[in-house]
Amino acid sequence: MFQISILHYLVLASALFVLGTIGVLTRRNVVIVLMSIELILNAVNLNLVAFSRIWDLNGQVFTIFVITDAAAEAAVGLGILIAFFRNKETVNVDEVDLLKW
Amino acid sequence: MLQYITSYLDPNTKGTPGDVGNIFWAFVYIVLIFLGLSVAVIAMNWLERKILAHMQIRLGPMRVGPHGLLQPIADAIKLLIKEDIMPTEADKLVFWAAPLIVVITAFTTFIVVPFGPSHAVTDMNIGVLFMLGVSSLSVLGVVMAGWASNSHYPLMGALRSSAQMVSYEVAMGLAVVSAVLMTSLSGIGIYATGSASTGTGTLSMIGIVQSQMMQQTWFAFKFFPLGLIALFIFAVAMVAETNRAPFDLPEAESELTAGFHTEYSGFRWSLFFLAEYSAMIAVSSIAVTLWLGGWLRPFPNWLSGETWDMVFALFPGLTFLVLAGICFFSTMRMPKHRYFRVQTIGLAGFGAALAVIGLALFVPPVRDRIQDIYWFVAKVAVFMYLYIWYRGTFPRYRFDQLMKVGWKVLLPVGLGVLILTAVAGVF
Amino acid sequence: MQLVATPFFFYLLSGLSLLGGVLVITRRNPVHSALALILTLLALAGIYLMLYAPFVAGVQIILYAGGIMVLFLFVIMLVSIEKAEKERQFNKLWLVGIPATFAFGTVIVYIFTRSKILPVLLKKPAPVLLESNNTQQVGLVLFGNYVLAFEIASLLLLVAIVGAVVMAKKRI
Repeated sequence: MFQISILHYLVLASALFVLGTIGVLTRRNVVIVLMSIELILNAVNLNLVAFSRIWDLNGQVFTIFVITDAAAEAAVGLGILIAFFRNKETVNVDEVDLLKW
Repeated sequence: MLQYITSYLDPNTKGTPGDVGNIFWAFVYIVLIFLGLSVAVIAMNWLERKILAHMQIRLGPMRVGPHGLLQPIADAIKLLIKEDIMPTEADKLVFWAAPLIVVITAFTTFIVVPFGPSHAVTDMNIGVLFMLGVSSLSVLGVVMAGWASNSHYPLMGALRSSAQMVSYEVAMGLAVVSAVLMTSLSGIGIYATGSASTGTGTLSMIGIVQSQMMQQTWFAFKFFPLGLIALFIFAVAMVAETNRAPFDLPEAESELTAGFHTEYSGFRWSLFFLAEYSAMIAVSSIAVTLWLGGWLRPFPNWLSGETWDMVFALFPGLTFLVLAGICFFSTMRMPKHRYFRVQTIGLAGFGAALAVIGLALFVPPVRDRIQDIYWFVAKVAVFMYLYIWYRGTFPRYRFDQLMKVGWKVLLPVGLGVLILTAVAGVF
Repeated sequence: MQLVATPFFFYLLSGLSLLGGVLVITRRNPVHSALALILTLLALAGIYLMLYAPFVAGVQIILYAGGIMVLFLFVIMLVSIEKAEKERQFNKLWLVGIPATFAFGTVIVYIFTRSKILPVLLKKPAPVLLESNNTQQVGLVLFGNYVLAFEIASLLLLVAIVGAVVMAKKRI
C-alpha cells in the first residue's frame, strides 16, 4: 500500500480506461465523447510507460507515437464534427440518424 | 538541520539544488525568483512608460515620485483598491481560474532558467522542452479568459490571441531545435574549428550554456549566418508569442478594447499584466541561454587573462555607479523651487542607494559571485529594451498579415535554417 | 527524499487524475469537461515524471495539454449551442453500459493479479541508474529501430492536416 509498485500504476490506468469507456458509451454530446476517447488513450499511455519502467525504452517510444496519433485523430474527428454541425445544428450523438430506416 | 542547510554551501557541491536534492535551498531560490520577478515587472512598468515617452519626445510620468519612480507603486495601489467586477452571465469558475493559469504557467517556466552554472532551481534533462511546453499552457488561460467573459470583444480577442500564440510557437520550436542541434555539432568545411570540442546534444539549459563554453562560441555566431538567422526568427516569434507590439492586435485598445482581458478589473487584470511581463522575461531568458551564451562574459578567449578578467569583473559595480551618477546629475537639474524639495531629496536618496549597491559590488567576495548573474540579467535587460523599442517604432500588423508572417515566412525560413545547420555540421 | 515522497505524490497525482476523469464524463458544460481533461493530462504528466520518463512528460504537456486541448476548446466555442446544455445529458444506455464497463475493468485487474509476472509487478522497481540522458536514449531508439514508423507517423500527420482542412471547409 505504501510501497508503490508497478501494479499501482496499472490499476490507475485501468480505472482511467473504465472512466473513458463509460464516457464514450453514455454521453450524448459529441465533444465529450471525443474527450472520453482521449482519456482512454491516456490510460493506454500510462500502461505503456509503467511497463517501460521495468523493461526497456520501447514503451516510451510507443507512447510518443500514440500521442501523435491522438493528435491526428482529434483533429480529424473535430473536423467531422464541424462538418456535421454545419448541416444539422446538433451536437448529440443519437441525432446522427440519417441512415436509419 | 543546520548541517542540512549549510551542506549545500560547501564549495565541493556542484549542481543546482534540484540536482543535489536540497529542498531548503530550492525554496530559497524560488523565493528569490519571486522577489526578482516582482522587482523586474515593477521596473519594466516604469521603464516602458519613460522610454516610450522619450522616444515620442515627451517626458512620461514625472509627478508621482522624482521622475515618476513611484508611479508603478501608485499603479499597483490603484489596481488593488479597484472594485472587482464579474459579469453576471460569466462562468464564475472559469472566470476566476483564467488569470491563475496564466500567472502559474508564466512563473513555472522560471524553474529551469539558469542564472549561473549552478544557480537554477533545478536542471531538468528536458529544460528547453519544459519551458516551451509550460509557456504553451498559457494559451489555455487566454482562451478561458475570453470564453468566460461572455462578451464579443473578449471572445474575438481570445480567439485571435490564441491563434497567434499557437502559430508562433511552431516558429519558436524550429529555432530552438536548430540551436539544440548546434550543441552536438562541430563545424565541417569552412566552419571547421580545429581545437574546439563538442559535447553530446542536450536539452538542459545549463548543458546548452556549458556546450557554448566548451565550443568557445556563442551559438548566435556559430555557423555564421545560421545562428544569427535562428536568433532572429526566435526574436520575432517571441515578440508575437507574448502579444507585444507590433503583434498586439488582440489587445490593442483602438481595435478591440483590450481584447481578452476587457472584462477583468482590479487585481485580476494586474495578474494578466504580471503574467505578460513575466512571459516576456521568460522567453528572453530562453533566447539569451540558447544563443547569447547565458551567463558567460563577452570575449572569454579573445580577451582572456587575469587583467581582462578583472576589467570585466568591475562591470557590475560600474553599472550601478553610472546609474547613480545619472541620478545625481538629474538632481542638479531639478528646479530649485521649494515645492520640489521632497522630490530632489528623494532622487538624491535613490542615487545614494544605487551608489551604495555599486560600491558593495566592488567587494571581492561579492564581486566573484555576482558575475554570472550580472551578465545574464544584463543580456535579458537588452532584450527588454528591444521589446520597448519595437513598441515605440513599428506600426501594428493586421491579423492576416500577422498569420501570413508566422506561417509563410518564419516557418519555411526556420526549416531552412534547421536543414542547413544539420548540413553544415555533418557533411 | 526520493523514496519517502513517492507514495504521497503518487496518491495525490492519481487522485487528481481520477477526479479529472470523473469530472470529464459527468459535467454538463463541455468547457468544464475540457478543463477537467486538462487537469487529468497534467496529473498524468507528473506521473510520467515519477516513472522516470521526462521526455514523454514534456511531450504530453506540449502536445496534449498545450495543443490538442486548445483545439478542443476552439471547437467547443464554435459548436456549443445553449440548448444543448439544457437537454438530457446521458443516453439510454447507461443502465447496461456502466455495469458492463465495471465488469470489464474488474476482468482487467483480475488478469493483472493472476498473471505470471505478478511478482515482477509487485516488487519495488530497480532504481534508475542514469536519468539525465533519457532524451538521448529515446532519440537513439526512435531514430534507430523505429525510423520507418517515425516517417509513417509524419505522413499520417500530413494526411490528418489535409483531412481536417477539407472537412472543415464550406465548399470543397
